[in-house]
Amino acid sequence: MSSSKINKVQISTKINGQEYDLLIPPYMSLLDTLREIVGLTGTKEGCLDGNCGACTVNVDGRIVDSCLVLGPEVNGKDVNTVEGMATPEGLHPLQKAFLEEAALQCGICTPGFLVSAKGLLDNEPSPSEDRIRHWLAGNLCRCTGYDKIIKAVQKASK
Amino acid sequence: MHPFAYLAPTTVKEAVDVLTEYGDKARPLAGGTDLLVKARANVWDLDAVVDVKNIPELNTINFNSDGLTIGASVACCHIYENEKICNEYEGIVDGASIIGGIQIQSRAGLGGNLCNAAPSADGICPLIVNHAVATIEGPNGTREVSVDDFCTGPSRTILENGELLVNIFLPKPKENFGSAYTRFIPRNEMDIAVAAVAASVRLSSDKNTIEEAKIALASVGPTPIVAKEAADSLIGKTVSDEAIDKASSLAKDAATPITDMRGTVEQRKHLVEVLTRRMITKAIERARG
Repeated sequence: MSSSKINKVQISTKINGQEYDLLIPPYMSLLDTLREIVGLTGTKEGCLDGNCGACTVNVDGRIVDSCLVLGPEVNGKDVNTVEGMATPEGLHPLQKAFLEEAALQCGICTPGFLVSAKGLLDNEPSPSEDRIRHWLAGNLCRCTGYDKIIKAVQKASK
Repeated sequence: MHPFAYLAPTTVKEAVDVLTEYGDKARPLAGGTDLLVKARANVWDLDAVVDVKNIPELNTINFNSDGLTIGASVACCHIYENEKICNEYEGIVDGASIIGGIQIQSRAGLGGNLCNAAPSADGICPLIVNHAVATIEGPNGTREVSVDDFCTGPSRTILENGELLVNIFLPKPKENFGSAYTRFIPRNEMDIAVAAVAASVRLSSDKNTIEEAKIALASVGPTPIVAKEAADSLIGKTVSDEAIDKASSLAKDAATPITDMRGTVEQRKHLVEVLTRRMITKAIERARG
């Protein structure tokens, strides 16, 4: 088998509401597909092993680490990234709250935190602090600390 | 990542055929949370991954009068969001709720946890104490294996060339049955067990005598350990601190941990005793309803 040629695969997927037909190597992660093929570099690469959550995106309503998803797996699925959060009218309430609460310093974890928190608030608009902390356990921040992030999510909650 | 092909069969037979054809050059892909980490680290020399999530049998949860069948690729979130599973299989939910964070739980499931066969797996001991049976399909047909016997070493299982885990069956809990699982980790979330224990009991109709018991230990040996002597010591006993202490001490004796970056032999053995006491107590509470 090792001698057989590995062909690119074609996938059709919706990313932030827009339809894409993509031709990608079958072993390419969703993270690299978004960044290298589609050009959406808001999603960040962190640990590449599912610990840090910097690469969090939403697939069919569930948050996932895009470094641990293969591009071909999202064929026919609905992918949402940090680029899909703001509208022409303005920033998403979570993005505003992160700015107002200074919930970031270097910012590399921020897209992951935003997409994760949106995944929570989309289903649970008024989560408790404990619930927010539990939900965000899969996202690591190495500079701000977590209190400001939690405060920002609480501010964007109803 | 070393280049590999992506195959997405829609039937068990197709999956078994390609797994047989590729041999150890292919691996089934369920949640991918272990597979893709290992593929990236070139642990295996893969020519193909076989995505099994498009195979209906592997992707469904099914209740019938005999019990619960969980497809091998069902993700943890679908287990702990299922009200009936939460009501009837509390120990299973204990495990499924703490594998990684929310992102991991969107993808990782008990089938992958079992096949990955980590000594620290949070999903396996709860399956063992719930008397789980794995259904495996392979080039020579179907076979059923008790989850007790599934893991043979770290990252090693009884699966042979071409064999695919199809589902895990959990018999319907009997009256006055309860199970529980917990682990010790230095953080609150997102960590690997230093030691972990699952226990289940079935009580008599007056709920004062232990009629059946099972105890399983994680992270204290090369595979999950079934602590049979500890569990058997409870059978026929009236619920009491003495009986629970005795079983916990025997569970400690059954643990065969190593010292590594996560803990020492002494700490892990001590943890097994403490956690066993807590989990038997919790299983009894749950059995009493």
